[in-house]
Amino acid sequence: MSTVVAIRGVHKVFGAGADRTVALEGIDLEIEKGAFVSLIGPSGCGKSTLLRLIGDLTGVTAGTVQVNGKSAVQARTDHEYGIVFQSPVLFDWRTVQRNVELPIELSGLAPAARAKRAREMLALVELAGFEERYPWQLSGGMQQRVAIARALSFAPSILLMDEPFGALDEMSRERLNLELLRIWQRTGTTIVFVTHSIPEAVFLSTQVAVMSARPGRIVDLIDIDLARPRDELTREQPSYFQHVTRVRESLRRGDGQRTPVAAAP
Amino acid sequence: MTARLRQAIPPVAVFVAVLGLWELAVRAFGISQFLLPRPTAIAIALSEHADELATVGRNTLVEAVGGFAIGGGAALVVGFATARWVAASRVLLPFAIAANSVPIIAFAPIMNNWFGILNPLSKMMVVAVLVFFPIMINTLRGLTLVDPASIELMRSYATSELDVFRTVRVPNALPYIFTAVKVSATLSLIGAIVAEYFGGAQSVLGQFIITEAAFFRFANAWAAIVVASAISIAFFLIILGVERVALPWHASARAGREA
Repeated sequence: MSTVVAIRGVHKVFGAGADRTVALEGIDLEIEKGAFVSLIGPSGCGKSTLLRLIGDLTGVTAGTVQVNGKSAVQARTDHEYGIVFQSPVLFDWRTVQRNVELPIELSGLAPAARAKRAREMLALVELAGFEERYPWQLSGGMQQRVAIARALSFAPSILLMDEPFGALDEMSRERLNLELLRIWQRTGTTIVFVTHSIPEAVFLSTQVAVMSARPGRIVDLIDIDLARPRDELTREQPSYFQHVTRVRESLRRGDGQRTPVAAAP
Repeated sequence: MTARLRQAIPPVAVFVAVLGLWELAVRAFGISQFLLPRPTAIAIALSEHADELATVGRNTLVEAVGGFAIGGGAALVVGFATARWVAASRVLLPFAIAANSVPIIAFAPIMNNWFGILNPLSKMMVVAVLVFFPIMINTLRGLTLVDPASIELMRSYATSELDVFRTVRVPNALPYIFTAVKVSATLSLIGAIVAEYFGGAQSVLGQFIITEAAFFRFANAWAAIVVASAISIAFFLIILGVERVALPWHASARAGREA
């Protein structure tokens, strides 16, 4: 297994003087090729910031982020990233097909090739037949699937997902979790996934990185060795609940670290 | 189409009913033609002066469209430039807002002085100044009020600033620009006619209305107002049509959201 993401001694500080906030402190994390790593933690723990650092949407204050042996900036320039945000961020003026084509259009792929690729990606997210619709004609879950198809269109080596299903109802979310796993298995793309849902993190991941708030630290890295492929039944297995409990306790300990006085009996 | 026709029936019916009531009221209460001519009298004036009204209407339309093109064109250039150079917009915007609160029509005599009272350009410039601000500010707004997430998305693709402009900012701005352009279309005709009231070439709608009113031929003045309204509505509808063709996603997007 080769390392896709190598994060070493990363600090991230926002603002200066009285407004100075330490968002991340001493982050070390290695993500293997083909892994599905979830970042979980309380609000304000910097999990989204960490994701954005990997994707070079923001810079580190100290430390290094390497992606496939390159700097994050270089990796971004080389189109190593597919990004899915909490909102689908589709363009109203483009059809579903043209939204999915956007990244490969910008990278200069020929029209016929990118149309073919976009259709394949839409089939992958089970939206074949919706090519000529506009985003606002689709449900929230379908829009998010279009966003995933778009992120995968230039076959990124790493998919960064920032609470992609956070705005969806529980049922859509569980269905999309299953679909995401299927896509992950088919494409073999390395995925870094930010969530605040413990069940979601456990169900999806090969590893869950548990973070504590202010300053954001990784307090635990838990291997989720549930059998694959996972399906609806996975959520009913005792080992699944054990993992959920393990992550929850880890989160609580992380929280306790932050406020030791309150935790004292 | 039948649904659309059915939609059109109520407003048309109201329009006809208002005209009918107007006609009846003028006759029943013996309102003098001096105060309010009957619709039939206005219709007769329209047909009797059709040729002259067509000429003055055309001349005024040329002023309105000319000024609209000058002011709108300048507004787009300034809007794009200020959106591109944020520093420039910080410097210019307070002046633009101050300039907008000036009652621009008050400049009409000055424009007459600058460009020559008989030169149609003096009227065009009033129109140009009038339409400049709404189009400029909406262009700027549309280009800059972009979802920050779409900028981040573009950043993740490592695209050039030009690509962001082309694929995100400009399409985002088009609905804003069309909104301003539609308002400005009607504004341009108002500007042209009011500017004509301050003197100049005789064969224009504004002067026609002043002259006919001065001679108490109010039915003729009303006929000219009908012509002005028709031109204004036509101008608006043409731009609406262009918008439908240029932004098919927009009109239906709105309809989709309202549904």
